[in-house]
Amino acid sequence: MSTETAMGQPEFYVRQSAHDDEGEHHHETGTMLGFWIYLMSDCLIFGTLFATYAVLGRNFAAGPSPADLFELDMILLSTFMLLFSSITYGFSVLRMDKGDLKGTQIWLVVTGLFGLAFLGLEIHEFSHLWHIGATPMASAFLSSFYTLVGTHGLHVTVGCIWLVVLLVQLRIRGLTPENKRRMMCLSMFWHFLDLIWIGVFSFVYLAGVLV
Amino acid sequence: MAAVDYSRWDPIVGKLGWDIFPFHEPVVLVTFIGVVIGGVAVLGALTYFKLWGYLWKEWFTSIDHKKIGIMYMVLALVMLVRGFADALLMRVQQAWTATGGAGYLEPHHYDQIFTAHGMIMIFFVAMPFVTGLMNFVMPLQIGARDVAFPFLNNFSFWLTTSGAVLVMMSLFIGEFSTAGWLAYPPLSGIQFSPSVGVDYYIWALQIAGIGTTLSGINLIVTIVKMRAPGMAYMKMPVFCWTALCTNILIVATFPILTATLVLLTLDRYLGTHFFTNDLGGNPMMYVNLIWIWGHPEVYILILPIFGVFSEIVSTFSGKRLFGYTSMVYATAVITILSYIVWLHHFFTMGAGASVNSFFGITTMVISIPTGAKMFNWLFTIYKGRIKFELPMYWTLGFMLTFVIGGMSGVMLAVPPADYVLHNSLFLIAHFHNVIIGGVVFGVFAAMTYWFPKAFGFRLAPFWGKVSFWCWLIGFYLAFMPLYVLGLMGVTRRLSQFEGTAYSAYFVVALIGALFVAAGIAAFLIQIAVSIRNREALRDTTGDPWNGRTLEWSTSSPPPYYNFAFTPKVHQIDAWWQMKQAGYERPLDNFEPIHMPRYTSTGIILSGIITVLGFALIWHIWWLAAMTFVVAIAYGIDHTFNYDREYYVQPDEVAGIEGERTRLLAAEVAPK
Amino acid sequence: MRLSKLAPLLAAAPFLSGCNMVVMNPAGDIASQQAELIIYSTILMLIVVLPVMALTVIFAIKYRSSNKDAEYQPDWHHSTSLEIVIWTVPMAIIMCLAGLTWVATHRLDPYSPLERISAEKEIPAGEEPLVIQVVAMDWKWLFIYPEQGVAAVNELAAPVDRPVKFEITSSTVMNSFFVPALAGQIYAMAGMQTELNAVMNEEGVYDGFSSNYSGAGFSHMRFKFHSVDEKGFEDWVAKAQDSEQPLDRTAFLKLDEPSIANPVSYYGSVDPELWNAVINLCVDSNDLCQNDMMMVDALGGGGLEGLQLRDVFAGICSSSNPTGMLTRIRGKREVKKAEGQLEPLSLAAINVSGVLKDLAGSPKAGPESGTQPETDR
Repeated sequence: MSTETAMGQPEFYVRQSAHDDEGEHHHETGTMLGFWIYLMSDCLIFGTLFATYAVLGRNFAAGPSPADLFELDMILLSTFMLLFSSITYGFSVLRMDKGDLKGTQIWLVVTGLFGLAFLGLEIHEFSHLWHIGATPMASAFLSSFYTLVGTHGLHVTVGCIWLVVLLVQLRIRGLTPENKRRMMCLSMFWHFLDLIWIGVFSFVYLAGVLV
Repeated sequence: MAAVDYSRWDPIVGKLGWDIFPFHEPVVLVTFIGVVIGGVAVLGALTYFKLWGYLWKEWFTSIDHKKIGIMYMVLALVMLVRGFADALLMRVQQAWTATGGAGYLEPHHYDQIFTAHGMIMIFFVAMPFVTGLMNFVMPLQIGARDVAFPFLNNFSFWLTTSGAVLVMMSLFIGEFSTAGWLAYPPLSGIQFSPSVGVDYYIWALQIAGIGTTLSGINLIVTIVKMRAPGMAYMKMPVFCWTALCTNILIVATFPILTATLVLLTLDRYLGTHFFTNDLGGNPMMYVNLIWIWGHPEVYILILPIFGVFSEIVSTFSGKRLFGYTSMVYATAVITILSYIVWLHHFFTMGAGASVNSFFGITTMVISIPTGAKMFNWLFTIYKGRIKFELPMYWTLGFMLTFVIGGMSGVMLAVPPADYVLHNSLFLIAHFHNVIIGGVVFGVFAAMTYWFPKAFGFRLAPFWGKVSFWCWLIGFYLAFMPLYVLGLMGVTRRLSQFEGTAYSAYFVVALIGALFVAAGIAAFLIQIAVSIRNREALRDTTGDPWNGRTLEWSTSSPPPYYNFAFTPKVHQIDAWWQMKQAGYERPLDNFEPIHMPRYTSTGIILSGIITVLGFALIWHIWWLAAMTFVVAIAYGIDHTFNYDREYYVQPDEVAGIEGERTRLLAAEVAPK
Repeated sequence: MRLSKLAPLLAAAPFLSGCNMVVMNPAGDIASQQAELIIYSTILMLIVVLPVMALTVIFAIKYRSSNKDAEYQPDWHHSTSLEIVIWTVPMAIIMCLAGLTWVATHRLDPYSPLERISAEKEIPAGEEPLVIQVVAMDWKWLFIYPEQGVAAVNELAAPVDRPVKFEITSSTVMNSFFVPALAGQIYAMAGMQTELNAVMNEEGVYDGFSSNYSGAGFSHMRFKFHSVDEKGFEDWVAKAQDSEQPLDRTAFLKLDEPSIANPVSYYGSVDPELWNAVINLCVDSNDLCQNDMMMVDALGGGGLEGLQLRDVFAGICSSSNPTGMLTRIRGKREVKKAEGQLEPLSLAAINVSGVLKDLAGSPKAGPESGTQPETDR
């Protein structure tokens, strides 16, 4: 009763078996595509915050300006922390491609440490500013500064938590296809945060202090 | 009313107190009693018929896109009743005071009602309607077995529901926002709105909005990655094209809403100065940001509906859609243009003439592709053979009504004309004209059209026709007077009037609203009657309308795996071609089908998030912190669940498909 | 289908008799031109809309399935010539409308001074518009006549055929100043000044109100506009001057407290400094004026000192040497840095935010745009 090309008519359905592997494949790339679209939507959140900073960033309300507040050396240091963490994540992915679980894990741990260092520096900066009275409530500039930088910091925090979860998952299951997919998603996330930070660094800190 | 002091705070209960229940207001009290009785009746019935287990196992935890789509529609219908009740309250108040009466709602209550009406109708009626439609129809039309991320789909639905639950809660616990449906600061700031109303608004919207974004991502990936083999983009049904464009718009705009609401939240909770009058804040920034989201939002609503009408016109004219290519391009052009028109919502803010003209003209330009669509539908009917089934009624009602709304829209797009029409009842009439005449008519058309696909039996046409005529007449009676009132210089959101010059118009508008009420009732009756007569209305063919697209190639309702074999597509209107070519269903050699497992994570997680929202609204910090941590932990725990998929065995498929073969044979035999 | 066509007619029937469509039949020249624009754009659109509606009905009747005589072409789905028509006709109409829009928007820009009094009447040479300052409050309107030195709550008067320049602000949330018989509305926003130039051509009493929702008392935020002859206006001013009450900072702050359905009242004299304080949000003299604050910000901010001692910057905006004043306050080193921020490199940053603000439709903030730093342009 199969209808395949009985009267020379075109085929109207596909046999599962011929299609199965492709189906699996679809699922994998689907996740990557979906995650990428999510990152783009996240990018819009940052875009909104950048735009807000562009509009409000010079409304100091007769209070301090970037030149009064930012210490570039510290910021440069934390920038390098984040940049290094991206590189080490790259190393981790390279180890993963080689099928080296141990190497993958080690580089992930290194990445996480760099991430934590970055977060530590940011917390230090914020608490210092807060301490001298430059709170987000002091002016529109400070409101938009804290929100932009803080949202990035929050993302890095999420990234660190995710990294820990991933380490546990790798430990339990090893380099399974699911875990590899997760590695790649976190990789995109991590590099994305790096990219955003470069925007923050040049647009907020450099432009604020160096001019 | 006895004002509640919202500046109080207690470490255990936050801002809660015994005086937060607004039962001293008779309207609220009556509603509350009604809800309690109704709620007890429904819950009692569910318990009595032992339906809890069934609902939980088959629906709430379901990750089947069809069931989720249906649940979205149910949510939207329930919220439609709530939103419409608000509308009726407003109409009564305005008719009452316009005829010289004192009215029965004080401003504080009236302001909550119009804020809730606007917000509910857009976010919890129109949005779930279109999301539900896309969820149900689109995967079937592209020949997929489910969406790309089935769990996420379930989670998105429950997040939307969670937002709706918070809004409904505000009716009886505390109060809702009085700042209008877009909550313009500084009015929505803590200085001018110190109550929890705006916080309900913010968190309900935030939670539902995140659900919508996730669902947008999900559906885009589904369309891009899961189309049946052979279905090139230019062979997709138009509805799928509109769904694709809508979801792109969702992903490209909802994050802006999220970010903007975060800023408003910080202003209210921390005391930052984004949108305040003082210390460098800029309320105009909010108005810009909210409309950069808000204008594309209206296209998010209407584009899928354009898709629905394209499918219906073509099916019931028995004819291929005229100008498929130009339809697709028109959709894409609207998608892009919708992003650069937002400023037309506030020409009166004082921007320069060149800026205003630019945005006015881009707005008008959108009417070109929209007009092209209108003509395409017209020429689809032309030389067709129109079957006047119910969906076609709605479609023709739409075509005649929507052009009027389009026309008044272009009038509003001319900045100097907008100076006299802005914020008036003319504006109200305009957007109800396009939203009711477009989105609502389209949703009713779609529900009638796809109902047999979803449930296996048609809707009885009589009550549907009653519903259609009530809606159509009700719409014109309710909103044509508003156009005139706008030209008489009556502005929106008024609860009191001087003199009785407007009485006749408001009374006619009230009568119109009552007609619409009858229309909604008739639709519910239609469903009830159809369920009772379901055997007579049974669709055994799977193709009750002589359809053209793939969803009609499977049974009604479709098996949970949609298609026993993935279809292969050769041209637009794939099912039409299959029928033309004398396609026969494959009846044997079934193979295992890979399907996702149901999971309760989505509903449980959303439940926790609802509590989190409630805690944040009432400043119960310990509960907020606790639920936040639990939600994160539970979410992480879910990622350790590797057992998410299974294979449907060929025997089971053979059983289901065999049943359908018997039904089809029984259908053919008597004729 | 017949009923659906009838419905709008039915609904329209009562309206055709004796309703006062003030928007379409106003008393002021600007509003008249705006009404004409509504009519022109409607006619232009009817060119497409009417055929579409007619064809919808005709096609629906003609190609109903019961009419077996009608032609049926199930596969006809494309026609290049038709496609060209359905895209170009709307495009042509929109191009006309776009031209109309561009010209009319520039001609009727509320900020630009009037070009005529009415279609028949030119502005007499040398006549300056009457300035009326408008403050939207919770929930009433305050009108200040700086030239006459009087003010009124919830009542407005102006001579007929005399151009009026409204300077509009708010002491609270956003409102919209709208007298439909006179001209289109414009928003009233705190800390900002918007403008409306208009003229009334007929005598009479007209309705004015806020058309942007502003909270509980919004429905009653109404006033009467008295369009009177020169004599009538003088009488009105005299009546206001009779009021013993002066409008100074104290009286303003008292009036500014929320109230609903305020009765009409007058102030016989007005503190000339008041308007400046209102629009810079410093009527309560404990607050630092917005223009001073913006001046400090333009010079690079007040530094950490500014966090505690904001009020030391009071008056910097009207000072003849703001930089010098900031120097005294912040010390030389700080100001060098601050001045450095006005160098070319920083201009880029300023311009970016300037463009964004422009897009945000930022009306000029602060009345003294001369002394105000040009961060907004």
